[in-house]
Amino acid sequence: MKRVSLALSAMLAVAPALAAESSDPIKLTLHDWSGQLITTKLMGEVLKEAGYNVEYVQADYIAQFAGLKTGDLHVAMEIWETTGREAMDEAFATGNVVNLGETGLQAIEEWWYPSYMKERCPGLPNWEALKDCAKEFSTPETAPFGRYLGGPVTWGGFDEERVEALGLDFEVVHAGTDAALFAELEAAYQRQDPIMLWVYAPHWAPAKYDGEFVEFPPFSPECYADPSVGVNPDAAYDCGKPRGPIWKVSWAGVADKWPGAAKAIENFNLSNADYGAMVTEVDLNGKSVEDTVATWMTDNKDTWSGWIAK
Amino acid sequence: MIARGAKSGWLFWGPLFAVTWLLSSYSFQLYKALDARWIVRYPKGWELPLEDRISAFLDWLVESAGFYFFSFRDLTRAISALIEAPYQVLRNLLVEGFSNGFGDAAVQIAPALSWIAVIVTIMAIGHYARDWILSVLVGACFFYLAVFGQWESAMVTLASVLISVPIGVVGGLLLGILAYRVRWFERMMRPILDLMQTVPVFAYLVPILILFGFGPVAALVATVIYAMPPMVRITIVALNSVPKEVIEAGRMAGCRNRQMMWKVLVPSAVPTLMVGVNQVIMLTLNMVIIASMIGAGGLGFDVLSSLRRLDIGGGIEAGLGIVAMAIALDRASQAFAERSIRHPLEGNILQRHPWSGTVFLVVASTLILGQFAPAIRTYPDALTITTGPFWSNAMQWINVNFFDTFEAIKTVILQWLLLPVKKFFTGIPWPWGIVATALIAWRVGGWKIGLLAGLLMTFIAASGLWPKAMVTIYLCGVSVLIATIIGIPLGIWAAESPRAGRVILGLMDTLQTLPSFVYLIPVVMLFRVGDFSAMIAVILYALAPAVRYAAHGLKEVPPALIEAGLMSGCTKRQLLWRIKLPLATPHLFLGLNQTIMLALSMLVITALVGTRDLGQEVYIALTKANAGQGIVAGLSVAFIAIITDRIINALAAGQRERLGI
Repeated sequence: MKRVSLALSAMLAVAPALAAESSDPIKLTLHDWSGQLITTKLMGEVLKEAGYNVEYVQADYIAQFAGLKTGDLHVAMEIWETTGREAMDEAFATGNVVNLGETGLQAIEEWWYPSYMKERCPGLPNWEALKDCAKEFSTPETAPFGRYLGGPVTWGGFDEERVEALGLDFEVVHAGTDAALFAELEAAYQRQDPIMLWVYAPHWAPAKYDGEFVEFPPFSPECYADPSVGVNPDAAYDCGKPRGPIWKVSWAGVADKWPGAAKAIENFNLSNADYGAMVTEVDLNGKSVEDTVATWMTDNKDTWSGWIAK
Repeated sequence: MIARGAKSGWLFWGPLFAVTWLLSSYSFQLYKALDARWIVRYPKGWELPLEDRISAFLDWLVESAGFYFFSFRDLTRAISALIEAPYQVLRNLLVEGFSNGFGDAAVQIAPALSWIAVIVTIMAIGHYARDWILSVLVGACFFYLAVFGQWESAMVTLASVLISVPIGVVGGLLLGILAYRVRWFERMMRPILDLMQTVPVFAYLVPILILFGFGPVAALVATVIYAMPPMVRITIVALNSVPKEVIEAGRMAGCRNRQMMWKVLVPSAVPTLMVGVNQVIMLTLNMVIIASMIGAGGLGFDVLSSLRRLDIGGGIEAGLGIVAMAIALDRASQAFAERSIRHPLEGNILQRHPWSGTVFLVVASTLILGQFAPAIRTYPDALTITTGPFWSNAMQWINVNFFDTFEAIKTVILQWLLLPVKKFFTGIPWPWGIVATALIAWRVGGWKIGLLAGLLMTFIAASGLWPKAMVTIYLCGVSVLIATIIGIPLGIWAAESPRAGRVILGLMDTLQTLPSFVYLIPVVMLFRVGDFSAMIAVILYALAPAVRYAAHGLKEVPPALIEAGLMSGCTKRQLLWRIKLPLATPHLFLGLNQTIMLALSMLVITALVGTRDLGQEVYIALTKANAGQGIVAGLSVAFIAIITDRIINALAAGQRERLGI
C-alpha cells in the first residue's frame, strides 16, 4: 500500500514532464559485485517510481563500453576512477558516451593489512615500517622477501614499480580475480597468518575484517610522471595510489530520449557510509539486494524524490 | 623387428631430449656468448601485426561491412532477434509470467508455470522415456532446486538450455549431413570444428557481444558455438556407420536422395545421434558460468556472485544445482536414446495419452489454485533450506587445522616437480622449440603432421606469445601427468569392481559438471594464489576422461582373449598387466588426449587465480575488450591442442596397428 502511494505521489510530481519521453525501457548494466548491484537497482527503482520503464542487463565491466557506444546499453552506474579511467577516456573520445557526474562515492585502493600484523610490525601504518619488517610478511615461496598480493594484472596499480621506488623488500604476486584476492584474506585471517594485500573500498572486506591501509606518501600526478618528485629522486611511483570518485556514465542518446531520466541519474548521489551499510547488509548479513534497496528507499524518501523532482 | 624398432627409437628420443635439455639449461649462456638475444627472446620487430589486423577487421565488420541492402550487423542483429523471441517466451513461461505493457502500466495476463507443474512435466517426460525410477530421479533433481531456493535462477538457466540445445542439435545435424554428402565440405569443416572446440570461449566473447548485442542472446550464441561440434562429428560418424544392407534396401525400394536421407539414413542412425544430443546438453551446461558473465544470468550468476562474497556454501549449492540439472537432462536424454518403440495404447484420448493428460490437468489446476495459494505458484521461502554455514565452518576448520600440512606438501611438489619442469620448458629457445616439436610430430605421425606442427608453433612464436605458451605447456603437462597417474588406477579399479565403479564414475560426472569456479576459491584459500592452485584445479577437472576411458578400455577387451588368458593359467595380476592393459592402450591414449584437451580448456579459468600463461592473455583481452588479442591468444591455445591431438592420435593408430585391432 505504502509503495503504491509512493509511486502515485512520484507519478503526480513528474507526470507532465514524462509525456514527451520515450516509453522504451532504459537499460541499466549489472556487474558481479553487490555494491554495483545496489547502486544500479536503487537508480532503477527510483526511475520506475518516476514512471520510466527500466530493464537490467548483465554485462562485463569493461566490455559494456562497446554496448554503451552503440546504444545497446544505456546507463552504467559505477565506473571507478581507479580502474575504469582508460576505458572511459576511450569511450568519451568517440562522443557516443557521456559522463553523468560523480556518484558521491569515493574509491580508495591501497596496500592493506589485518590489525594483528601491527604487533609483528609495530611502526605500521606508516610505510617506512615495512622497510624493516618485510620478512614478517614472507611465505616459503617468497622468503626472505615479503609477499604482497596485488590485484589482477588488468587493474594496473604500478605495484612492482612502487616496491622498487620505495626500496621495499616485497615480491608482488597477482591474484587473478578479486574473489581469489579476498579468499586469501579470509583464509589468512582465520589462521591469523601474515598477509599484505590490495584492498579497495567501498567494499565489504574492510567492514568485516579488522585492519588498516598502509600510509604511503600521498599521491600526486607529478609523483607518477616525474621521477624527481617524491622521496626517491630517481624513480617515479614513489607514493601511494590515487583515490578518486566513482562515476556514472551513459550512452549519449539518453539525454535526448529520456531527458528527465538523465537529470535524475545526474542527481543521484550516495555517501560512502550509506553505501557501506547496504553492502554489509547484503554481503555479510545475507539480505537480498532488492530488500536492502527497498528499505533504504522507505527510509530516505526525501533524498530520492529530490532526484526526480528537479 | 620390434626390438630393432625400439632400438632406433632410443637413438631418436635420447639425443632429442639431451639436446633440448642442454639448450634449455644453457640458453642464457649461449645468448651471451654469441651476443644473440634473439635466441631467448623472439624479436619484437619480427612479430606479425596480427592482433591489430584482427581488431581492425572486426571493427570494419561491425561498422561498415555490408551487402547491398543491409549491413553485416543488421544481419547478426536480425539473427539475434530471431533467437530472442522464443527465448523470451520460454522465460515468460518459466520465470516471469506473461504480461502486457511495461513498468507500472504492466498488466499480468498469466503467471509463470508453477514449480509443481514443471516438476510433474519433467517426471512425465522421465516416465515416458523409460520408467518410474528415472521419473523419480529427475523429479528429485528438480525438487532439489526448489528446496535450496534456486528455483528462479534454475528456470532462467533451463530456458537458455531449452533454446541452445535444439539450435545446437539441429544445426549440428544439418552441417553433419552436408559434410556426409559433400566431400570437400567435410574436409573444410574438420579444421573449423577443431578450432571451435579448442579456442577458449573467452577469446571470442568480445566479437560476439559486439555483433549480437548485450544480453542473453550473445551468451546463447557463444554456448551454441561451443556445444555444437560434437553433434557435427557424431552425425558424420553415425551416417557413415549405417549398414550397407540398409542403404541397399532403401535403394531397392526406390528412394530418392532426400527420402534416402530422412527416411532411411537418419532414422537408422538415431541411437548414435542421441549420443551427440547428450554431448550438446552436457557442454551447454558446462558453459553456464561463462555465459552468465556476459548476461545469461541464472545459476551461473548465483555461483559467481556467491563466491565474490566468499559465500562458499552458496557457491556449492548453486553449483550442485547445475549438477542436478545436468544429471536430470543427461539421464532423460540417454533414456530417449535407448528407448525401444512401444505399441500405441488403446482407449479414449486420456487413456491413450496418460502423461500429456496428467500434465495438462496439473498445469491447469496449479494455474487456478495458484491464484489463491501463493505456495503453489512459487515454492515458499520459509521451506527452503541452506547448508551455507556448514560449508563455511568446515572450510574454516580445515584451513585452521591442516594448513601447515598442506603447505609442507605443496612446498615439496613445488620444489621437486613444478619449478624444475617450468625451468626446463621456459628455458627452451624458441627456434629449437619449433624444430623439436616438428621433429617429434614427424617421427610419430609422418612428414605432414611434422610440417603442420612446425608451422603452428611458428605462428605462436610470431605472435610474440612464446613464453606464455611455454608456461601453458608446462602447467598442462604437469597437471595431465598427475591426472593420468591418479586417473588410470582409478579407472582400472572401476572396471574390475562394478560397485566401486559406480561410485567412482558418479563422482567423475559430478566433478565434470560442477563448475570449476566452485572449487577454485576453496583451493585458493588452502594453497594461495599461484601455479599450485591452478594445477590442482586443472587436475580436478581433467581427471574424468582419464578414469572413464581407462575403465571403458578395460571393459572392451574381447572376452575370448580373457578366456584364453585364464586357460593358459594367468593370475589376476598377469591377466591385467599382460592382456587387458596392452589391449586397452588405444583407449588409454584417447583418454590421455581428452585429458589434455580438458586441461587446455581449463586454462582460461585458472587465469582467474593468477597464472601467467595463454589463459591469462585471453582473460586480459576479455577484460580489456580487445578482440584481436583474445583471438590470437585463443588460436595459440587451439594450436597447442591440435598439435598434441594429432601426435597422440598417430600414437594410438600405431599402437592399434601393432596390436592388430
